[in-house]
Amino acid sequence: MFSAQVIGALSVNPEKWFDKTIRNMTDSKYFTTTKKGEIFELKTELNSEKKEKKKEAVKKVIASMTVGKDVSALFPDVVNCMQTDNVELKKLVYLYLMNYAKSQPDLAIMAVNTFVKDCEDPNPLIRALAVRTMGCIRVEKITEYLCDPLRKCMKDEDPYVRKTAAVCVAKLHDMNPALVKDQGFVELLNDLLSDANPMVVANAVAALTEINEQKTVIEVNSQMVNKLLTALNECTEWGQVFILDALAGYTPRDDREAQNICERISPRLAHANAAVVLSTVKVLMKLIDIMPADSEFITQLTKKLAPPMVTLLSAEPEIQYVALRNINLIVQKRPDILKQEMKVFFVKYNDPIYVKMEKLDIMIRLAQQSNISQVLSELKEYATEVDVDFVRKSVRAIGRCAIKVEASSERCVQTLLELIQTKVNYVVQEAVVVIKDIFRKYPNRYESIISALCENLDTLDEPEARASMIWIIGEYAERIDNADELLESFVEGFHDENTQVQLQLLTAVVKLFLKRPGVAQALVQRVLSLATQDSDNPDLRDRGFIYWRLLSADPAAAKNVVLTEKPLISEETDLLEPSLLEQLVCHIGTLASVYHKPPSAFIDPAKAPLRQINPTTTNTNGANLLDTSSSSRNGTSSAPTVIPSQDQVIADLLSLDLNAPATTAAFGGNTMSGTTSSGGLDDLLGLGGDVSVPSVPVQSAHNPFDPLAGLGLGNPAAAQIPSQQQPAAIGGLAEIFGTNALSTNTLNYNYPKELLLDASKAMGMQVEGTFIRKSGRIYMELTITNKAMQAMSNFAVQFNKNSFGLVPAEQPNSLAPLLPNQSQNFTIACDTTGPVQSVFIYSFIQNKK
Amino acid sequence: MATSAIYILDLKGKTIIARNYRGDIDSSAIDKFIGLLMEKEEEGQSSPVLTYHETNFVFIKHTNIYLVSACRANVNVTMILSFLYKCVEVFTEYFKDVEEESIRDNFVVIYELLDEMMDFGFPQTTESRILQEYITQEGQKLVSAPRPPMAVTNAVSWRSEGIKYRKNEVFLDVIESVNMLASANGTILQSEIVGSVKMRVYLTGMPELRLGLNDKVLFEGNGRAKSKSVELEDVKFHQCVRLSRFDTDRTISFIPPDGAFELMSYRLTTLVKPLLWVDTSIERHSHSRVSFIIKAKSQFKRRSTANNVEIIIPVPSDADSPKFKTSIGSVKYMPEQSAIVWTIKSFPGGKEYLLTAHLSLPSVMSEDAEGRPPIKLKFEIPYFTTSGIQVRYLKIIEKSGYQALPWVRYITQNGEYELRMN
Repeated sequence: MFSAQVIGALSVNPEKWFDKTIRNMTDSKYFTTTKKGEIFELKTELNSEKKEKKKEAVKKVIASMTVGKDVSALFPDVVNCMQTDNVELKKLVYLYLMNYAKSQPDLAIMAVNTFVKDCEDPNPLIRALAVRTMGCIRVEKITEYLCDPLRKCMKDEDPYVRKTAAVCVAKLHDMNPALVKDQGFVELLNDLLSDANPMVVANAVAALTEINEQKTVIEVNSQMVNKLLTALNECTEWGQVFILDALAGYTPRDDREAQNICERISPRLAHANAAVVLSTVKVLMKLIDIMPADSEFITQLTKKLAPPMVTLLSAEPEIQYVALRNINLIVQKRPDILKQEMKVFFVKYNDPIYVKMEKLDIMIRLAQQSNISQVLSELKEYATEVDVDFVRKSVRAIGRCAIKVEASSERCVQTLLELIQTKVNYVVQEAVVVIKDIFRKYPNRYESIISALCENLDTLDEPEARASMIWIIGEYAERIDNADELLESFVEGFHDENTQVQLQLLTAVVKLFLKRPGVAQALVQRVLSLATQDSDNPDLRDRGFIYWRLLSADPAAAKNVVLTEKPLISEETDLLEPSLLEQLVCHIGTLASVYHKPPSAFIDPAKAPLRQINPTTTNTNGANLLDTSSSSRNGTSSAPTVIPSQDQVIADLLSLDLNAPATTAAFGGNTMSGTTSSGGLDDLLGLGGDVSVPSVPVQSAHNPFDPLAGLGLGNPAAAQIPSQQQPAAIGGLAEIFGTNALSTNTLNYNYPKELLLDASKAMGMQVEGTFIRKSGRIYMELTITNKAMQAMSNFAVQFNKNSFGLVPAEQPNSLAPLLPNQSQNFTIACDTTGPVQSVFIYSFIQNKK
Repeated sequence: MATSAIYILDLKGKTIIARNYRGDIDSSAIDKFIGLLMEKEEEGQSSPVLTYHETNFVFIKHTNIYLVSACRANVNVTMILSFLYKCVEVFTEYFKDVEEESIRDNFVVIYELLDEMMDFGFPQTTESRILQEYITQEGQKLVSAPRPPMAVTNAVSWRSEGIKYRKNEVFLDVIESVNMLASANGTILQSEIVGSVKMRVYLTGMPELRLGLNDKVLFEGNGRAKSKSVELEDVKFHQCVRLSRFDTDRTISFIPPDGAFELMSYRLTTLVKPLLWVDTSIERHSHSRVSFIIKAKSQFKRRSTANNVEIIIPVPSDADSPKFKTSIGSVKYMPEQSAIVWTIKSFPGGKEYLLTAHLSLPSVMSEDAEGRPPIKLKFEIPYFTTSGIQVRYLKIIEKSGYQALPWVRYITQNGEYELRMN
């Protein structure tokens, strides 16, 4: 039955397997076959007269298939075994068929007769098996034969067959949607919703929901809802999930219907299955929104929601994680529901790190005056743990508490100071970053701690911490006696610093100069020349020039601009955008709720059509996002590194800056820390860093800039971008921002391609393009058209340094030469690892001749 | 909305068994899984949900295997995770230990089960007792081939008809696990009871059961508010319990599955004194030694006794040469856990015991920062529930009218019982 020679196809010690086989005679014996002539040997055994031998041979074939060996050559021999009276053997043959039918479509037809026959078998198990397997054979020729047996099975007397047939309709739809529609299967499926058997109803609704996701074939109506609610009490736990998920897509006609649904599904909150509970929460959250908010019914209902969610925290850690991600949404949507439950989110020593991190997030969201002292002592405890990421997040959380609960800020600052005393390097750095935020929220209140911070100046080696410290020194320059020395020490190594630090240093020195002109005269000149003359970073240079001219043209105006009173930062800086939150609440329990991204951001666009975008966003966008007019002039003639001439840069900068503030301001609310130098204006104003960028009102952001327009630096026309166009620009940048893995959770749209480069300006090369995002990666889709008289070849793509650090990750090397009047599409992946600079993306396409 | 494929992988990420339900997952995608997992773990961003291009992996780990679901749509993750745990449960019923070796040993039946438990990514029948009626490891002739049991598609999908017992009995275990978290200065941060009512049912036919508890909501409804009752904060039921009935009049009525199952679980937050308490005082003489004085107190009624008490006290990982002194129980140093374990077989209520321990420390300090694990306690207190929950009655009605005996046991044990140390 098994041979003595053992092959090494298994990853574990084959000898051990073999020994065990002899002793136990388990299935593992089938994995041991001779290598030489193995297929031949199996072929003989499959054709053996003896039934036992046949079955053993099929098992060996399946075993080979399991370990990934190709046994498709045995297809005809295995199919020959199909007509058997042994159920187990039949199942194995079917299993083989499902795996290999695709590779042998012509031979697969051989099996059809047996399938059709089996669909008529007196035993319902066989009928169901046949229809289940046929649906899994993804061979087009077979689907035609599937229709008749399937139709019969949908009306079978046995519910086991009907429930299998219901799922089979979804399978057929996946292969051939038109067939399902033409052959009337949708109607048959609809009939099954009225089936007397709850499991049939559940599977029918699952199939229908899936078909509807592609294209709505049947609207869920109130009649259907009634049937579903009846079946809900009687079907299996999984069936209940299917039904609840289908109900989540239904919008009731009126309050009464909504209330009725709530009453009938809320008992499901007591189900032991976490999926049933979360799907119930999903439907309830949606319905609560529809009904009048102040009714007694709603108050009672929301009270019922908290206990089941808390109980989910005793589930398996993976389920806890999903529950916590969802609680994070629910807490943002309806903060009242869980406001009393702070303690259950306290971190336990053995919680997996992913659970710890999520609990921390929710603790901050729930922090308020009444529980802040508990929260703080917990956070302090966590900040002395050993896991670096967890500790950092805990320190950051203390800062967020200070900003959120004003009454606690004093204690938070005290706690942070104590943590700084520990001298643990990463704790100190994280603390400095959050203290800067606290200063932004409560200016002139805690300057007394600056000296303690300065003691740790030398240990700061992370850009964000250094930048924060420099901001603090600049901001309080008049009260730090040796501010000039401190800043000078940073200026020593100016060129070794990260851009973020350089920008901050420039601003801080200018502030120092404006506050104490006496001590910083030399320093400011040095920094300005470092920034404008020795740096090849356009962003830094631009800012240097602006300061320089500002200072020389009108020092009083400079003072007004640079030392202007800053708006306070808001407390909630990481809330999801409301429209996204709305969307995610409708997806409770699903992947979208775990990723906190809309489904369109991570699923195959072919399967789920992306949202249409607003057609008005086209033209202005192109001009703002991709300044191709300059590249077209330089593109063909100059080396790839050439930057547009200086005048042009400044003109561009100005037009850009008038847009950029609006953009950054709009984003401020939800930009997380980590995005570097977000927009020029904030830093110019000395607002400092990027963490918790405030929601600066657009108006106030514009005003301080007005003096600049009069400085004659750029094209005044650029300042007059009509206000209607601004949302468009925001949308455009939002797209890019949304693609930045770190930052916002903006919706993702796919913009249609826009004309980036007109043929008339670029020797016949026309370029259209857009940015898209797939699986968290940014791609640029480009269409190149050759409108010249001769062929073009050797294309290369380059982006100028831009504020998103976007760089092409690959080159279109494989692109064939482009003949006149032809066009080609290609997509290049982009990374955001490039140097981060101004808000434009200059895009170069070079046609190397 | 449904999952595309289920994989069972070994620890190296090699596929042991795969069932691709939808054919939309590239066969090479799963090979990326283990690398992705390692990478995320290294970055400190591990999570039970991973993404590789457009494929999403949702997974759990059990003994030395991973159960992974791969999907390309916006699936219900909670459902997938519950399903994967259910798979482990069913496999356990079929072949006891679910691990790499047993998966290979039973690949034929696993294929069959995966096909029966999930169709096109939709979970189907997952009641192992019902599955065992028609999916068996012995091959059958078609003539006597099994038919799908009625229960598969019935409203009562967890119990088959025609079950017979000579002696009709029901065993009820009320088990309460106490979760407690206390800070180093003795403040109780969190204290809750997670209770569970487990049943072993050996009853003939299709019996209808009704369980009565001293539930506060029920008592108040009946105007018996003064009787001793328990306020359950949240209750979860096995799918056999009629939830709508419970919602309307708090009656727990059900047709039970055959054999052992968990009928319900409940949770309540308590403000009672911790049952067992440990005070520690530590004297650290760095580079030479550390000594502990540990005082354990039982704070429950004198007539109850805690059994098998284990007090696990973390010590520095580089400690050695332990010396212990105690009046009761035994003490062991477990270097592999960096802890000393004090075991007391029987710990009556209202008592206090003392342990002193001395350990040497090396003169060279280790450079790695050590975490500060909490003291953990394990214990069991029989015939006692912390919440005071009581089974008032269990009514068993079957049409044949037999008499059945219900047996009830109570036990309180530790859940996550942690006391932080300084």
